[in-house]
Amino acid sequence: MGGIGLTAVDQAYLDQARQMQALSFVVHIPLVCFGMAFPAMILFLEWRYLRTGDVVYRAVAQRWSRILVALFAVGVVTGTILSFEMGLLWPGFTATFGSVFGLGFAIEGFSFFLEAIFIGIYAYGWDRLSPRRHLASGVPIVITGVTGSFTVIAVNAWMQHPSGFSVRDGRVVDVNPVTALFANGFLAHEFVHMYLAAFMVAGFVLAGCYAVGRLRGRWTRYHRVALAVPVTAAAVAAPAQLVIGDWAARTVAADQPVKLASLEGLGATTAGAPEHLLGWYTDGQVRFGIAIPKLLSLLAYHNPDATVRGLDSFPGTDLPPVNVVRIAFQSMVGIGSALALLAVVFLFLRFRTGRLPRSDWFYQALAVAGPASVVALIAGWVTTEVGRQPWVVYGVMRTDEAVTGAREIPVGYGVLALTYLGVALAVVWLLRRLAGRPLPDLLPRPTPDATTGMGVR
Amino acid sequence: MTLLQVLPMVFVLIELTLYTLLGGADLGTGVWQLLAGRGPRAARIRTYVYEAIGPIWEANHVWLIAVLTIMWTCYPGAFGDIASTLVVPLFIAGIGIVLRGTTYAMHGATRGPEDHREITTLFGLSSVLTPFALGAAVGAIASGRVPVGDQPGGYLTWLNPTSVLVGVLAVLVGAFLAAVQLTASADRQADWEMSRAFRRRALVSGLLAGAVALAGPFVARRDAPNLYTGLLHGDGRAAVVVSALAGLVALGLVLRRRAALARYAAALAIAALVAGWALAQSPQLLPGLTVAHAAAPRSALIGTTVAVIAGFVVVAPCLGLLFWLVLHGHFERVPRSSPAVGTARRPSGAARRRLAGASALTFVLGAVAVVFGTALWVQAAGVVLLLAALVGEFTAVGPGELADEDTLDGALTADIGAGRKLRMS
Repeated sequence: MGGIGLTAVDQAYLDQARQMQALSFVVHIPLVCFGMAFPAMILFLEWRYLRTGDVVYRAVAQRWSRILVALFAVGVVTGTILSFEMGLLWPGFTATFGSVFGLGFAIEGFSFFLEAIFIGIYAYGWDRLSPRRHLASGVPIVITGVTGSFTVIAVNAWMQHPSGFSVRDGRVVDVNPVTALFANGFLAHEFVHMYLAAFMVAGFVLAGCYAVGRLRGRWTRYHRVALAVPVTAAAVAAPAQLVIGDWAARTVAADQPVKLASLEGLGATTAGAPEHLLGWYTDGQVRFGIAIPKLLSLLAYHNPDATVRGLDSFPGTDLPPVNVVRIAFQSMVGIGSALALLAVVFLFLRFRTGRLPRSDWFYQALAVAGPASVVALIAGWVTTEVGRQPWVVYGVMRTDEAVTGAREIPVGYGVLALTYLGVALAVVWLLRRLAGRPLPDLLPRPTPDATTGMGVR
Repeated sequence: MTLLQVLPMVFVLIELTLYTLLGGADLGTGVWQLLAGRGPRAARIRTYVYEAIGPIWEANHVWLIAVLTIMWTCYPGAFGDIASTLVVPLFIAGIGIVLRGTTYAMHGATRGPEDHREITTLFGLSSVLTPFALGAAVGAIASGRVPVGDQPGGYLTWLNPTSVLVGVLAVLVGAFLAAVQLTASADRQADWEMSRAFRRRALVSGLLAGAVALAGPFVARRDAPNLYTGLLHGDGRAAVVVSALAGLVALGLVLRRRAALARYAAALAIAALVAGWALAQSPQLLPGLTVAHAAAPRSALIGTTVAVIAGFVVVAPCLGLLFWLVLHGHFERVPRSSPAVGTARRPSGAARRRLAGASALTFVLGAVAVVFGTALWVQAAGVVLLLAALVGEFTAVGPGELADEDTLDGALTADIGAGRKLRMS
């Protein structure tokens, strides 16, 4: 592949710069999931409260809106770090292509701003705005959470599948940012995939927390509501994610053949290519894996005998680190499938028995599903972004042409790692503090009533 | 130089001004938290400041993000040069923003600023570090220290006289703005103790900021002659005069107990100062690089200009609503009890199962269309069907009622496991 003829920057710490960027994303992306999915769940509860007058819904929504504010504040600052790093770590990237993709971030900035404004109004407006107005003030949070991530994903889709500009004499000309960002063949599947991932991560993490609570005996109606809503959201999203993931993989097969070959670790071009579960890629083949004949050809091209290009048909300098991409991909698919299975079990039991599952194993599985969904999210991100390497703009600009020449990268990396360790500890601390607060008094007292039995709450 | 090439720079300057005003006032509250001292009175001050910043909070960093994005979209080359040379102060500012945002979030889980004072201290320190580092970066650009090209700046080049001066000025201006805002807020609540306390702080920080600003020309004359000439003999002169007068008026209004009005005079002083800097170095963006030469291709400039104007049209009324709610004290009112509104009918189990079945069918249809569809519209329809199926399935599950139904059959304690105690609340 060609590129635009820039020279690589003399940067001994390229890998550290990439790890620093990766660290920043790993911290930020789970927060994004909460920004996208959490407001919808909170609004759903508040809407149910207005429809039924049941104060338990309101209590959960109010509690969660405090958590939303805290997570959003941390998301704002980790997002600010990302926009700093775009320039500080990759000045060659912003300097060359800022005019092509920058529009996406400009729109994202406004979305973010609106989201911040309405989160402020919503979180401080409990009891101070009329119930309907308060509910209405939450709607823009849901919408802007979606539009903001949509434009950022548009930028990522463009990096995967660049268009909307041409290169003349090493300069970017004929720039059309609108088609570059929004008429991009990678945008649709990346966005839907991320949107569902947001509901899975936010849903399973929240449900996982309350599942742990149940295993420890916290199981009032408040806790059941707080578990049922996120687990339902995650359970409806998880099976659909398999379908969307399949769509994403076929788009990759069509437009990024080297990434597809890396996902499988396919050394030589093969007709009727198999897919290996587990194993380790070395010397052009996967060792110690379980081969399923013809599966890769079938999945990627819907034809068991289709020919799939192998890694050896690409120049050695154009290959991503195969094992990283492969293991990340397998982790994502493996965890995603397990979560979908858990989701189907939940849905089956719900319609079969008409109630929440009873057995402890379901809640133990849910407790594991929370962290597992975050792992799958990050593995998916690694698959997409490391699979794009060595390009920052696929086939056009290499990462080593985009990196800064600054010598301070290791120091910055160390400082950022320490800071984010502190941030992670702080978030755990504050979530535990918020969770440890006594529940509000407004919950109804137990009444010995025929329909509620003993009313143990 | 066309209007289209300059307009984004005007947006950048407006947003930089708004960040200095709104973000600066926000950061300035941290300074007063830090300097509150000890004892019950200090505790009273910290609690007052903590409650006053309320819903405006970290959202103000969005102005800074807007500055960065417009710079890299519309002046990508110059942005790359600035980022390369000023990597150290910009990175420090970034860390400061993270620490501040995190400590802000942690405050939400405490009983106020007196609970876990170390959080308040870290909040205050990061509130000083951030504007200082950002001001220093501005000082380095203004004094012509960012050359064209990818030139690493090293650890210490950003700590030059002009940068230090602008950095200190940024901290003081923020502290002043915060003190004025806190005075006005105390006046509105008729909290005369806090009003007095912050009027005194506004006067002291205002005088200090004025003194540092006055020292500016003397420092610039030796350190950045071009900036000095531009500010005092060139196009920047009128703006400098306006800024100085507006600053004096702001101080006078604080002295006359008109803090609410003083905010506007202070805003004018800062806007004029930013304009003066821009005029002083116009048309140069970096030494030897004019704004016009740094500008991106036309289509990117048009796209960004449209996006910024459209964005402002949407954001401005919303921001206005938030400020109106805050400044008119709508968030300070005593809570009014909200009545329960309605009672919804529960769907029967059979209805749920029918909806679930229909959703499952829709899901299968959507999945087939996404997986096997080749035409774009088939895939699009598949995605729509899938999303519709998700909503249908969610409704069919009915998580709210699902949580009820567990109690309805009364077997609550039995299923949790024999011998395990239920924690009651």
